[in-house]
Amino acid sequence: MAKTELSVEHPLANRTSGIGRTVRALSRRMLLAASLSLAAISATPGFAQSRPHITFDDPVIEPLPYALPAFVAESGGAAEIAQAITGVVASDLSGTGLMAQISPAAYISAYSSFDAPVAYADWKAINAQVLITGAVGMGGDGRINVKFRLHDVFAGTTYGDGLQFAGGQGDWRRIAHKISDAIYQEITGEGPYFDSRVVFVSESGPKDARLKQLAIMDYDGANVQSLTDTSTIVMSPRFSAQGNKILFTSFETGFPRIKEMDLASGKSRALADLQGNMTFAPRFSPDGDTVAFSLEQDGNTDIYSMSLSSGKLRQLTNAPSIETAPSFSPDGSQIAFESDRSGTQQIYIMSASGGEATRVSSGEGRYSTPVWSPRGDLIAFTKQGSGRFFIGVMRTDGSEERLLTSSYLDEGPTWSPNGRVIMFTRESPGATGTAQLFSVDISGRALHPVPTQGAASAPAWSPLLP
Amino acid sequence: MQKISTIFLLVGALALSACNNPNGFGKGGANGGAGGAGGISGGALGDPSNPNSPAYFAQTLGDTVRFVVDQSTLTPEAQATLTKQAAWMVGHPGYTATIEGHADEQGTEEYNLALGARRASAVQQYLIAQGVMGNRLKTVSYGKLRPIATCADESCFSQNRRAVTVLGAGAGV
Repeated sequence: MAKTELSVEHPLANRTSGIGRTVRALSRRMLLAASLSLAAISATPGFAQSRPHITFDDPVIEPLPYALPAFVAESGGAAEIAQAITGVVASDLSGTGLMAQISPAAYISAYSSFDAPVAYADWKAINAQVLITGAVGMGGDGRINVKFRLHDVFAGTTYGDGLQFAGGQGDWRRIAHKISDAIYQEITGEGPYFDSRVVFVSESGPKDARLKQLAIMDYDGANVQSLTDTSTIVMSPRFSAQGNKILFTSFETGFPRIKEMDLASGKSRALADLQGNMTFAPRFSPDGDTVAFSLEQDGNTDIYSMSLSSGKLRQLTNAPSIETAPSFSPDGSQIAFESDRSGTQQIYIMSASGGEATRVSSGEGRYSTPVWSPRGDLIAFTKQGSGRFFIGVMRTDGSEERLLTSSYLDEGPTWSPNGRVIMFTRESPGATGTAQLFSVDISGRALHPVPTQGAASAPAWSPLLP
Repeated sequence: MQKISTIFLLVGALALSACNNPNGFGKGGANGGAGGAGGISGGALGDPSNPNSPAYFAQTLGDTVRFVVDQSTLTPEAQATLTKQAAWMVGHPGYTATIEGHADEQGTEEYNLALGARRASAVQQYLIAQGVMGNRLKTVSYGKLRPIATCADESCFSQNRRAVTVLGAGAGV
């Protein structure tokens, strides 16, 4: 059973070889005590054609029915973890709206051994298109070993060889997400996104004296940890493309100032400390060296950039209107931003070095908070009109606008690492109104709240974890 | 005006913890004040009927002006209030002020922060034009982070679209 490096695109197809890799920790807070190692289990070749598959952009999707019997525990201590991993995989896959789990109550065949022959007829009889089988073992050192296979029920074969993951017991959730990611990639052809985190603003207190603090969690709301306390108003966190730092706006001095936090150490530092000016809306460039942000002078707000290595400041817009909410293109060459230079908020694109800007939004209403998809193909935005808020996407030339959500107050989209899902803030109206995180895919499907303990706003999705 | 008495109570409570921050400006954050949100305080407020008291400035003259949706232009009513504020400040050179700009919730967070800054700046410029030294005035925006009215209609939105002149102690900045 040779360990091989996992191919990110096609992990189940046994197309890669090489050495096992060490996982870099994103932060001390979500640190994996040991590296996760990923290995192909066997060398059985896969069958490439006509497998169950979901095409993401189909106008109508019938969710793919799948069977997922509880992973078997191959050693005494692994039973609880096996059950928990099965639950997270089911939650990940069914949460996409692209796949639907067949109730285990309907299963005919008992699943009790990872290597026993699979009675495909029994799974076919309950109309399962795919079957996921897995097993969890625990070594004497307490480390867990998780393996799984994806089966094409109607063909009576497995997809490739299956995969296995090894890690500490505390890694079980990430291992479950990695299993889900591998299955999702195989079924949809899209990139992975479950093994990721979200930084957001955790909210408490009444609407007219709301307390805010930065917090970080898994994409599905698990493993929440606070990054700041409630003593200072914080706004709009953003991850670096490397996932190791966040930018945010803090009222620590009494005035909004942009700050950078190193997630490994938890330490923050002020950036661009320009006395007498508010700075806010900071965003990293993809290479992590430049921060674009808004700077206010005498009531007027423009976009500037600052090199983190040299500290050099550069003015990118120069207009008497409000220019804010910058967002770099994935290649770092352009910046989308919002401006009310036409009289209302609209979305523009300019070179990352500033200069002439092109307006891209053209519909009725106000357009704001543009966020460039990590795939580069779309810009997500907030739109206001007729007393309502919408989250939408458009191509980068402004065409093919699609509104995905609508409510009293939806705002602040952020992209999943694969550019297929958007998380945003939805706030309910009135004195008892609270903010909650929601998720929706770029076709407007699978709209659902992201569970958080209290009120939450301003989500920013991390890159895929290493 | 019922709102005034509520503000008075809150301001009174704040004054008990008068600020000794060296630069005269308190820490923003959770301790939202009266019309003001920054927790900035400047010594005893006194009696709103005493023309030399900050309470007189805040309540009798009025520390708050309101704005039209998505605008920072000063209405005639706002200008009248600010003219009185300016005259008082000219006559009481021992005070500085922080002008807090706010927006209603009908806008996105970062845009509203910029909009609040526009409003605060419009007030600052007006006060300067009326003779208040610029080095006595600071501005800050809270955008939509600190509403004073929480219902989901115009009766509350109009109260939240405001700029508040919050007095502080000190001879200038």
